Amino acid sequence: MSTPEEILQGLYDDTLVGNAPRVLELTHEGLELGMEPQSMLFDALIPSLEEVGARFERGDFFVPEMLIAGRAMAGAMEVLRPLLAETGVETVGTFVMGTVKGDVHDIGKNLVNIMLEGAGFEVIDLGVQVAPEKFIAAIEEHHPDIVGFSAFLTTTMPMFKANMNALEKAGLRDSVIVMVGGAPVTQEYADAVGADGYAADASATVKRAKALLQERRAKVPA
Amino acid sequence: MSGPVRATPKETVLRSASREVVIGHGRRFCLIGERINPTGRRIFQEQLRSGDLSAIERDVKAQVEGGADVLDINMGVPLTDEADLLERAIRMVQGLTDLPVCIDSSVVEALEAGLAAYEGRALVNSVTAEDERLAQVLPLVKKYDAAVIALPNDADEIPMEADKRLVLTGKIIDVATKEYGIDAADIVIDPLAMPIGADTSMVTTTLETMQRVRDEFGVNMTCGASNVSFGMPARHTLGAAYLPIAMYAGLTSAIMDARTPQIVDAVKAADLLLNHDEWGMAWIAAHRARQAEAV
Repeated sequence: MSTPEEILQGLYDDTLVGNAPRVLELTHEGLELGMEPQSMLFDALIPSLEEVGARFERGDFFVPEMLIAGRAMAGAMEVLRPLLAETGVETVGTFVMGTVKGDVHDIGKNLVNIMLEGAGFEVIDLGVQVAPEKFIAAIEEHHPDIVGFSAFLTTTMPMFKANMNALEKAGLRDSVIVMVGGAPVTQEYADAVGADGYAADASATVKRAKALLQERRAKVPA
Repeated sequence: MSGPVRATPKETVLRSASREVVIGHGRRFCLIGERINPTGRRIFQEQLRSGDLSAIERDVKAQVEGGADVLDINMGVPLTDEADLLERAIRMVQGLTDLPVCIDSSVVEALEAGLAAYEGRALVNSVTAEDERLAQVLPLVKKYDAAVIALPNDADEIPMEADKRLVLTGKIIDVATKEYGIDAADIVIDPLAMPIGADTSMVTTTLETMQRVRDEFGVNMTCGASNVSFGMPARHTLGAAYLPIAMYAGLTSAIMDARTPQIVDAVKAADLLLNHDEWGMAWIAAHRARQAEAV
């Protein structure tokens, strides 16, 4: 039987190399040992994903390595998330994410999701071809702090505006922070559609998301 | 014993005012130079937004020198009049080179403006199997006597199985030929090359799609070659390995950056090895040209 320290080290190391079966095994082992779910999350999984993100940003890690590390963490989170919810541990924030209607590109979005999860966000991924009404339904269901619209094509970027209009119409505009991104998207375009935030890449998204949350929380005292 | 009947290989003819390029199975691979495109290039975007198209000249020159046979022209700058930009870019490119063009936009009005401005037989990039897109783009292809790149995906998804891509390919060819009177030879299928880094099993699906599209329909095919290596190290090596394999599976052209000699050379070598370069005359000529340059 491993010690809690060994479990944490193992979770960190095996997430880093994307060994999903081993990460899942260690998660169960840790719980059997009576370890706190939030310790496994904050002391091992999140730091590991942060390191993955840092390596990706430096060009030391490549897309498949990001994806398998993200998958390894997601496997552990399936086990831990219900337990974390029970113990009332607060996530950094909740993020509803989707590629807009008409657009099927998802690699960039998936990388952003991994980085967000790695930073402690709970990410609800709606997938690709997400129609405005589907975003609205997800926002009503999950009450996220932030909603993210992703578009890879200059022709699908106008869906940002359509989504914004749908938010307005549903009376949800002020209850959620809106972030937009994707290869052709610029700060200028984000401003033009009235989004709250834009970021050029996955790690910038995490920084921007955290900053926007802080601004919002400073404005609205809990 | 006889296998299934193979469809007759088709030839796609593109023309500028003074030059003809034929894409076909058994012919030398057609390189569609892709860099005349502002996506992801901030400075170029700013220039285009302020109406300055001068950077196009440099990009055209680089693609022509790299060995492009056709030039892809994309003017997708957000918050601009893309139709106006594309029309001006097409006029400009016609003055810079006699290579035929591939008019690249997902904005139907921009495609029409580009086609109207072009003196020749262009390739349109692109249409999908969605009914609405087919109804918007195919009439333009017919009206301006162009050829068109078609992607076998519909509104729901990019199909991950070759079977579904074949069904959608059949649908596109059916609609184009029967409803719009477009020759099947003028449909160039993009079998959807997906990044190997996102799923290492996807390239074999694409290769299977290519073989079956060639055998069942005989049409030409193209793909965004650089997609395959996205997110991976040593991208040019991957491109140089991918295209020869894809050529063997039936790919007859690719939209790629002609400024990558490693990939261009691999394609030329594959042309020779697949008997698309009779007696290796093009291969030898390229060698002589390099020798002459070195002197």
